[in-house]
Amino acid sequence: MDTLTLMFLLIATITIAGSLITLWSKYVVHSVFGLMLALLGVAGFYVLLGADFLAVTQIVVYVGGVLVLYLFGIMLTPPDRAERNVKLIVFCSLPAVAGAMYLIGSARAMEGKWLPGKELPPPPGKHLIHQVGHSFLDKDQYLLAFELASVLLLVVLVGAVYIARRRWEASE
Amino acid sequence: MSAIEITFMLGKILAFFGIVVALAALSTLAERKVSAWIQLRYGPNRVGPFGILQPLADGLKFIFKEEVVPDGANKLLFRLAPAMVATPALLAVSVIPFSFPVMIDGVSHAMSIIDVPIALLIILALGSLQVYGILFGGWASNNKYSLLGGLRSSAQMVSYELTLILSILVVMMLSGTMNLTDMFYDQETGQVLLWTIFKFPVGTIAFGLFLIAAFAETNRHPFDLAEAETELVGGFHTEYSSMKFALFFIGEYAAMVTMSCLLVILFLGGPTLFGLLVGIENTWVRALLGMGVFLAKLCSFLFLFIWVRWTIPRYRWDQLMHLGWKVLLPISLVNIVLAGVWVIYIAPTWGG
Repeated sequence: MDTLTLMFLLIATITIAGSLITLWSKYVVHSVFGLMLALLGVAGFYVLLGADFLAVTQIVVYVGGVLVLYLFGIMLTPPDRAERNVKLIVFCSLPAVAGAMYLIGSARAMEGKWLPGKELPPPPGKHLIHQVGHSFLDKDQYLLAFELASVLLLVVLVGAVYIARRRWEASE
Repeated sequence: MSAIEITFMLGKILAFFGIVVALAALSTLAERKVSAWIQLRYGPNRVGPFGILQPLADGLKFIFKEEVVPDGANKLLFRLAPAMVATPALLAVSVIPFSFPVMIDGVSHAMSIIDVPIALLIILALGSLQVYGILFGGWASNNKYSLLGGLRSSAQMVSYELTLILSILVVMMLSGTMNLTDMFYDQETGQVLLWTIFKFPVGTIAFGLFLIAAFAETNRHPFDLAEAETELVGGFHTEYSSMKFALFFIGEYAAMVTMSCLLVILFLGGPTLFGLLVGIENTWVRALLGMGVFLAKLCSFLFLFIWVRWTIPRYRWDQLMHLGWKVLLPISLVNIVLAGVWVIYIAPTWGG
């Protein structure tokens, strides 16, 4: 077994274990811990595929940003509510359906292109960042998508400020 | 990989981790010495000459102390949390170049353990992982003071990370690269770049913003609200004892060392000394001299961290948020616009 396969198995184990902890643990904080493992594992997959920029972005945005906000919310809930009392079957069925649909979709999209043992596309080399930058701001590539995403984020930001502000005024 | 390259790699790993761990240990001593000096006391001076072996004695003491896990604590996360603080802080060392690149068999090798184009982003990502140790540690202790400390820490880190990233963005715009070696030394032309701090006003403002955000990110005074002992007993590490407590400390001081490294590389030209070292032909001699310069700059920043801690009073919680969101963030946004103006209009006339 070569190193790459070994690394893949290791990261896959971490990711799957993290996801299972997220679903099945008794405490919500443990779930967040599991989610952190899973997200870090996904970042590991990106590294294995040669997309190190994507990997680091994944960690900065999801693990470093979004998940901290989850934790922040969870810690403000009283401890007796921190235990989960939703039935497991209800809790698991929706993600299971979504996951199955994703699996079928991605299997059809790939159509056996990147099965184990097949060759990966060549790693993009040292100037990956420059490529990413250029493709974001090139009007023939992703400029429209990039700008639309930034508009969406702006709308979300303004909306969040609006909601927070109204509640603050009402309490006075 | 030839034998000499493998030796070089192993040597780099040992040397750089050694440097950072030793600096982290010595800065605990420096902390006490400098605080004593500022408060007109002697400080530790019994263990070894000038108390220089005090960190070793402290370490031994920590190992022999009893480990207490409080009743009702969440055992798993309580035990994991200290490691989650120390590991990312030490991992960040692997992408920091401590000196000029050296030539082995005609190939240039960077003086960092791994040389990647996105080194800066990796450090940021690892820095954002550090907050988990504090958060989980605070929550798992089952103590309201610890929980409050963890909460404060998370809000503080999320807020000040913005300023940190935005000021780094300015440096990236000015130097046009994310590779840390290229930040002080253009590898293609062999030219030493001007220190960012002297690129007035853009670089200077970015330096100020980064410095303030670095204090907040490392949970150092005047922003150490996560452990504010007058309000929260000890904050997130109230319930910790023995080596677990020591790990929190190692993490904090290692993060301080990494932040100082970043300050030196991004704003003070890394190992360069006004172009004095560039003329040296032998790359090994140049790298060693450069490392000396780098460590000198690094230590002066460590001193600054300690100096600030013992001279400036702690911020109040609302003042901290006010400063982060209403003062630093607008300034850094304006600074990015200024940096754009600089890159397009001023830099070409300055020759970089």
